[in-house]
Amino acid sequence: MNAKPVLILLALLLASCDPPAPPSTGFAGLGQQAGEFAQVERGHGLQFPADHGAHDGFRIEWWYVTANLTDSDGRSWGAQWTLFRSALRPGGEQQGWESPNVWMGHAALSGPFGHQYSETLARGGIGQAGVAVSPFHAWIDDWTLRSLGGDGLQQLEMHATGKDFNYRLQLRSDRPLVLHGDQGYSEKSGQGQASYYYSQPFYQVSGEIERAGQRFSVTGQAWLDREWSSQPLAAGQSGWDWFSLHLDSGAKLMLFQVRQENAAPYRAGTWIAADGQATPLKPEQITLTPLAWTRLANGRRVPTHWRVALSQPTLTVEIQALLPQAWMGTRFPYWEGPVRISGDSNGRGYLEMTGYAP
Amino acid sequence: MLRLCLSALLSHWRRHPLQGISILTGLWLATALWTGVQALNDQARADYARANALLAGAAQTQLVARQGERFAQSAYVQLRRAGWPVSPVLEGRLRFAGREPVSVRLLGIEPLSLPADSSVAGQSTQGFDLLHFLTPPGQAWVAPDTLQRLGLKPGDQPTSADGQRLPPLAVQAQLAPGVMIVDIGQAQRLLQAPEQLSRLLLPNDFARTLPALPDNLRTQLQLQPAADNDDLQHLTESFHLNLSALGLLAFLVGLFIVHAAIGLALEQRRGLLRTLRACGVSLRALIGALALELGLFALIAGLAGVLSGYLLASLLLGDVAASLRGLYGAQVAGHLSLSPQWWLAGLGISLLGAALAGLNSLLRSAQLPLLALAQAQAWRQAQALWLRRQSALAIVLLLIAAACWRWGDSLPSAFALLASLLPAAALVLPALLDAALALLSRLCSTPLSQWFIADSRQQLPALALALMALLLALAASVGVGSMTEGFRQTFLGWLDQRLSAELYITPRDTRQGLAMRRWLDEQPGVEAVLPQWRLELRLQGLPVQLQGMLDHDSYRQHWPLLEQQPDAWASLASGKGLMLSEQLARRLKLHLGERLALPTTPPSPALPVVALYADYGNPRGQLLLNDELLRRLWPGATLSSLNVRLPAEHVPALKAQLQSRYRLDSTRLVDQGTLKRWSVEVFERTFAATAALNSLTLSVAGVALFISLLTLGQSRLGQLAPLWALGVTRRQLAWLSLGQTLMLAGLTVLLAMPLGILLAWCLVAVVNVQAFGWRLPLHVFPMQLAHLALLGLFTSLLAAAWPLWQLARRQPADLLRQFADER
Repeated sequence: MNAKPVLILLALLLASCDPPAPPSTGFAGLGQQAGEFAQVERGHGLQFPADHGAHDGFRIEWWYVTANLTDSDGRSWGAQWTLFRSALRPGGEQQGWESPNVWMGHAALSGPFGHQYSETLARGGIGQAGVAVSPFHAWIDDWTLRSLGGDGLQQLEMHATGKDFNYRLQLRSDRPLVLHGDQGYSEKSGQGQASYYYSQPFYQVSGEIERAGQRFSVTGQAWLDREWSSQPLAAGQSGWDWFSLHLDSGAKLMLFQVRQENAAPYRAGTWIAADGQATPLKPEQITLTPLAWTRLANGRRVPTHWRVALSQPTLTVEIQALLPQAWMGTRFPYWEGPVRISGDSNGRGYLEMTGYAP
Repeated sequence: MLRLCLSALLSHWRRHPLQGISILTGLWLATALWTGVQALNDQARADYARANALLAGAAQTQLVARQGERFAQSAYVQLRRAGWPVSPVLEGRLRFAGREPVSVRLLGIEPLSLPADSSVAGQSTQGFDLLHFLTPPGQAWVAPDTLQRLGLKPGDQPTSADGQRLPPLAVQAQLAPGVMIVDIGQAQRLLQAPEQLSRLLLPNDFARTLPALPDNLRTQLQLQPAADNDDLQHLTESFHLNLSALGLLAFLVGLFIVHAAIGLALEQRRGLLRTLRACGVSLRALIGALALELGLFALIAGLAGVLSGYLLASLLLGDVAASLRGLYGAQVAGHLSLSPQWWLAGLGISLLGAALAGLNSLLRSAQLPLLALAQAQAWRQAQALWLRRQSALAIVLLLIAAACWRWGDSLPSAFALLASLLPAAALVLPALLDAALALLSRLCSTPLSQWFIADSRQQLPALALALMALLLALAASVGVGSMTEGFRQTFLGWLDQRLSAELYITPRDTRQGLAMRRWLDEQPGVEAVLPQWRLELRLQGLPVQLQGMLDHDSYRQHWPLLEQQPDAWASLASGKGLMLSEQLARRLKLHLGERLALPTTPPSPALPVVALYADYGNPRGQLLLNDELLRRLWPGATLSSLNVRLPAEHVPALKAQLQSRYRLDSTRLVDQGTLKRWSVEVFERTFAATAALNSLTLSVAGVALFISLLTLGQSRLGQLAPLWALGVTRRQLAWLSLGQTLMLAGLTVLLAMPLGILLAWCLVAVVNVQAFGWRLPLHVFPMQLAHLALLGLFTSLLAAAWPLWQLARRQPADLLRQFADER
């Protein structure tokens, strides 16, 4: 998932300066020219564990975990933990308040009591937020995503607190990481915009969540996304729809479409077999069709019921939001929530949608 | 019917435009002075509110250092990582060099962590231009007013007195004056306080369910509840009450004019009123028409008054702002921005004034019997009754004044004392003048001199109100003048004693201060280096400065004490006693010899107060203790200044050495002469607005007298015509009338002097003590009294001149006509 983001400030920032940014710079300014930031290149290859850490030369980056959970009464829950890094200017990390980095955390809990979310922001350079590589530890305020042992991301603890909710979950996986696109080089348009992108979609989860003063023991599956770039979107791309799906067969599916002004959406994805074998999906292999729209309390309309069709392997499923009102009313607002899969295969997953105007 | 009635009544003003002008002028001046003063107060209060609401709301709970003024930034990171949604603030004064050094309150904020519901300078934290604020070169937000005071334009990047370059200045209209907001990183650089913070803001909902502080922070930080932030409002309250009192006085003086003019107009229209009533106009319609007429005057004069009040306030605002800065360190903008309510309130006060001034006349005309209405005697009888009531009222007011003096112990009671004393004096004035004239009449033997006195007594009722106004204005001038001049002399004498060191150094921080002290000790010619250790804290909710004093003869000789126990300096030096500034002792209600426990952890034994000293002009209470004791109890105390004693001829050389060695600018290195000059300048500006308001009040009284004489002049022909017929020339008549006016004014001026001195006594012994916390000795300045007395007489002379000039030029025919159509 991805590109979420972004938010950031980046853009925001850009958008709030004197001349309003033209709409063609994409959601949250992700379509801005990258200037002197480091560029994403094909064939560069990824290196672990170093690439689990922050990439200060790049403009934006995120550590993104979504979990589909079930409590002891069989009820479905979803949990989201996200850390964004955004550099306000090129030049790499600096100590102290002069650091160009701004960090942003989003956490959400969706379930029988509705959708709750929380947001926090921190400046880089002073230790309030950051990512350590070995052992792995990403944090902002008291929210953490940290390794429980080993150099990599095999065993993680994920914790966040919001108003009226918190969770502490243990994530375990012995499968290898999945590199999207061409060895982690993931294209976002036909014109070369791209990001580095890898995932760990095979986590088994157990832990505790607390909501409105009640505690629940939960188990389930989780998916981690890591992505960084300096200009992941092309000018004229206005938003995206992103799917991370756990099929009951054990296979995983990542799909996205970037919606473009005056053009058909740019689509891509990765089919991940139950044994971890990943196959990139070409744009023409994917069909995404909104079936039903939800009017949110804030007046926006978003598609919360989709038909997803693949030609190779052949698969047709319907995706339905568990909580159609799962809106993240953060500084850079978007829709993100757990979904149920039915059709050729059953399962569950997460859906993220950005760029739907009010 | 009402319309007919109204037009009949209004025709009067066509024939007597002067009376109309009197009423309008009186209401106009009264409204202008009152609304002007209110505008000043409103502006200042709005600015305090803005300063208080700089971050979020006034009600913001904070964590502050237990020791000293700042603490390490690591506490912020630790608390954030423990889940506390705190936001860091660094605050300090940023100085700019220049002929007259200026400083601003620099506020470093961290916009990302500010509570979501908070606002900075009136902007929601979600809405502002983060990119420009956070990325180099950043932004420094200032109010337009501050920019002007600094003499800079938006976009400028000035250099502070410490040689640090500021981010480009950006104007924020909503920002409080005298404040500059920058990113916290910039603030740490500009204030040279790397990784230091002043406080942590807590969101209000979090503050309600506060967890315990981590152990290691408990000794460093303490919670400061929201309510403790309105010091400024509290401190300046007395100043604004003072201004209001002056405004109220001017308002009352203005109303005297209106009252006189309305009374006269009604008297002259008795015939008309009777005719109207006889024609069948109901009493209700008549009174309604009179009230409507009055309302019309109030509306026109109110509009003019509010406009002039605005103008007046804009003219005085600079001085008032300087006063507030000098006295309280309060920042007030140099331009006015007033709410619509202010304009409406101004009109309202004009209507109220007209009602107050006219009510009496309306009631009298309503109560007079229909047939008696036109008889002069009826009016006189009513007048006599009124005089008796007036005396009774004066006695009641005097009793209230006595009670306030005897039992009052608050600022409002002090003002109640003045508010009852002054009108009481004014009310007994006619009776006193009458008695004085009666006394004089016994000395007169020639017919003309007897007429002179008798006719003066005859004029008294008509002139009484104007003379009362003159009495009040003069007494206020004498009182305020004596108080100011007395304060000035006391202050200058105190300053001479207190500023005994030749050189005053403000080190950048304690480390630099200590290094400088060592270096200074080795310099030839330096007789003594006196370090001042300082700590700010709260005692019983009041902000207090603790100052650590080295034991040195220089203090024993030059630090003036108001009251002391034997060996006071020795007990201070041994750490067995405290000295309190006069205002702190009053606020804490502590007397010499009583004990005070300092808020230390762990608690330390209470120490006796061994001396009280004057500390004029310091809004904060101050407490002296031995410097070693202070540093032992509070290791975080800062070395705030070094006072150096050395022969005066060595000062320039040492100054130059210090400047080059420690890169100190002129604001941190001040010699005695300069410091004195600054202090005196602040003092002078502080009382400039008071003096201006005072002379305005005096001129209003002059106008009152002028208008009274003018209206009187027209009705006096009846009295003067017989004298003229008996052979007194017109020129002689004019001189005689002038003599009468000057005699009445002279007597009034004479009475105003003791009243003014009494007022001065009230101000220094009661009002100042309650308002500022210091008591000044009462000084009487004969030259000043003589000056004001002459001014009073001159005002009367001017007021009398024009009517008399007219009298002297009256055609004999006018005088003859008096016999033809005698009333």
